[in-house]
Amino acid sequence: MARTSERLTRRDWFVWGGFAVVLIVAPLLWRSSFAQTMLSQIGIAIIACLAYNILLGQGGMLSFGHAVYSGLGSFIAIHALNLTSKGQLAIPASLLPLVGGIAGLFFAAILGYVTTKKSGTTFAMITLGIGELVASMSLMIPEFFGGEGGIQGNRVFGKPVLGITFGPQIQVYYLIALYCFISTAAMYALTRTPLGRMLNAVRDNPERVEFVGYSTQHVRYLAFMISGFFAGVAGGLGALNFEIVTAEVVGAARSGAYLFFVFLGGAAFFFGPIIGAVLLVIALVLLSELTKAWLLYLGIVFLIMVMYAPGGIASLIMMNLRVAVFGKLNRLWRHYIPLAVAGLVALAGAAAMIEMVYQLQLNEALGPEMQFLGLTLDAKGIASWLGSLLVLAVGVALFEWLRRGFSREWNRIQEEIANEIAQREAAA
Amino acid sequence: MSAAGSEFAVELRDVRKSFGKTEIIRGTSLGVKAGERVAIIGPNGAGKSTLFNLISGRFGPSSGEIRLRGERIDGKPPYEIARRGLARSFQVSNLFTRLSVFENVRCAVLYSMGYRYAFWRFLADLRDANERAEQVIAMIKLERRRDHLAMNLTYAEQRALEIGITIAGGADVILLDEPTAGMSRSETARFVDLIREVTVGKTLLTVEHDMGVVFGLADKIAVLVYGEVIAFDTPGAVRANARVQEAYLGSVLAQGH
Repeated sequence: MARTSERLTRRDWFVWGGFAVVLIVAPLLWRSSFAQTMLSQIGIAIIACLAYNILLGQGGMLSFGHAVYSGLGSFIAIHALNLTSKGQLAIPASLLPLVGGIAGLFFAAILGYVTTKKSGTTFAMITLGIGELVASMSLMIPEFFGGEGGIQGNRVFGKPVLGITFGPQIQVYYLIALYCFISTAAMYALTRTPLGRMLNAVRDNPERVEFVGYSTQHVRYLAFMISGFFAGVAGGLGALNFEIVTAEVVGAARSGAYLFFVFLGGAAFFFGPIIGAVLLVIALVLLSELTKAWLLYLGIVFLIMVMYAPGGIASLIMMNLRVAVFGKLNRLWRHYIPLAVAGLVALAGAAAMIEMVYQLQLNEALGPEMQFLGLTLDAKGIASWLGSLLVLAVGVALFEWLRRGFSREWNRIQEEIANEIAQREAAA
Repeated sequence: MSAAGSEFAVELRDVRKSFGKTEIIRGTSLGVKAGERVAIIGPNGAGKSTLFNLISGRFGPSSGEIRLRGERIDGKPPYEIARRGLARSFQVSNLFTRLSVFENVRCAVLYSMGYRYAFWRFLADLRDANERAEQVIAMIKLERRRDHLAMNLTYAEQRALEIGITIAGGADVILLDEPTAGMSRSETARFVDLIREVTVGKTLLTVEHDMGVVFGLADKIAVLVYGEVIAFDTPGAVRANARVQEAYLGSVLAQGH
C-alpha cells in the first residue's frame, strides 16, 4: 500500500500556489470598493476561523469565547495605532497585526491557563464564562473599550514607505492577504509538528496521551496560546481594516459566529474553516443586507447541517472527491441537479412564508403587500399563504423522493469503492 | 533510600486504596526485581486492574508507597511515571482512534525521544522517531495496516497496536492488563509469542486470566485475593501453595485450565 507522504508533494505546491494566486488576483477581478471590503474581511475571517479550528477541529476543544482573543487583539492594536499617531510609540501600520497577535497570545496565556486546566464540557463552560466576563468588562471600562462608540483610529500616519500609506483599501487588502497567507501556512505547518500531532492525540484519547509521557493540560495550553496568537493577528488586521473597534468584537455573537462557521465549513479538515470564513463574510455582509430574517435562515442551515452533514461542507467535498477519484462522480450529477432544483423550490416556499411573517411583524407600516421573487405577495391574504405552502410542500416532497434515489445510488457507489479497495489490497 | 541502592524495579509497600468506604487494595506489598516477569492472578474483583492503575498513576493510593527503581512514584500523574520508563497497556484497547497505525505508534515514541512539545520541527524530519515507529510496527506485524485508522482495525490488530503503543517508548518496566482478553486460542498462542519477543530484557507485570498464558509467560506469580497478595513465588510453588489452592487456583484448575 502506498505510503502517505509527509513532505510537500507537487500537488501541495500546486494548492498553495493556487491559494496565493487567488489572494493576489481576487481584487483585480472584483474591482468595486464593496468587493474589496468583502475580500479584506474574508482574509481576516480566514485567519480567525483557522485559529479557532486549532481548538475545535484539531484539539477537540469546544470554545464559546474565542472572540475574547481576536477582540482584545483588536483593542490593543487600535490603542497602539493611536499612540503611534500621537507620537508616543513608533510601530509601523504593517506591524500592528503582530501587536494584535502578541496581545492575543498574552491574554490566551493568562486566561487560557485557567481554561485549559479542564477539557470537554467543563472547558466549554469556562470559555463561556470568560467570554461573558470580558464582554461585561467592556461596558465597565470605557477608557479601554471606548463604551458604546468604541475606539476609533486612523491608519494613515507617518511617512509613506515605498509609496504605501494604507489609505486606499486595496493597500490594506494586500497587507491582509499577506498576513492571511503566512498565517495559513504557519497553522498548516503546526499540524505537521510533534505538538500538532499530539494535539490530535489529545482530541482522540486524552487518557492514553498521559500514559505516553504527555501532559494533556500542557498540550491544550500550548495549542490555546498559539490559537490566541493567530486570533489576535486577525483582530489586529480588523482594527487596521475598519479603523474602529467596538465592544461587539469581544462579544458572544462573534464567538458564536466562529463556532458556527467553522462547523459549517468543516472542522475535521484543515481547509474547512477557510470555506467557513468565506461563508461567514457572505452571510454577515450580503445575506444580512438581503433579508431581515438572515439569522433565521442561518439557524435553519445550521440545523440541517448538524443533522445531515455533521462533517461540514469540507467533508461533503472530500466525500465527492473520493467518488471522483474512482471515476464515478458522473453518476451523481444527474441526481445533484434535480436535488438542487427541488431544494430551491422548497426554499422559495419556506422563504415566502418567513418573509411574510417578517413583513407583518417588522414592516407593519408598509402594509401587508410585499415583493418576493418578482411576485407581489399579500402577507394577510390566504392565497399567498396557501400558494407558498403548496410550493414548499411540492419542493419537500420532490426533494425527499429524489433523495431516496440518490441515497441508493450513493450507497451502491460506496460499496463498489470498498470492493475496489479490497481487491487492490489483496493484489498488493 | 537512594535510587541506586534499590534491588527492585517496582516495589509496593503496604499500598491501600479505597473508593468511598470500600477498600479495594488492602495493604499490598510486592517487590519485582529488574528483568523479572510477573503475572498477577486472582478472582474477579480482587483488585488486579486497580493495582495497575495505582502503579501507573491513573489513581493515587490512599496510603502506602510505590517505588520505581527506588524512587517514589505514588500519587504522581501518569505522564511523569511514563517519562521515568514505565509503560502500560489497557484491558480495553485505548488507541488514538482517528489516527493511523503509524501515527499511533509515533505518538508513543515522541516524548521519550526528546521531541516533547516541539512545534518548530516537522515530524517528517524526525528520522529516528519515524524509524523507531516503523520498527515497532514491524514487531507487532501491522506493516500492511500502517496507514489505516486505528478505529478500522480488527480486534486482534487493535490488541497488537495496544501492545505496540505500550512498548514503543522504550520503557523498561511494562505493565500489560489482560493482553489476550477476548482472543481465540490460536490468536492467544501467537500473541504470547509476540509479547515475549517485544518484552525481552524488560521487567514485565501482567494481569492475566488465561492460566496457559500465565504459566507460559511468567517467572513468578503473585496471587491477589480481596486486595491482598496471598502468595508471590515461582509458578511451581504457587501451584503447590495450599492457600492459593483454596482461595483461587483450585477452582480455576478444576475448570479445566
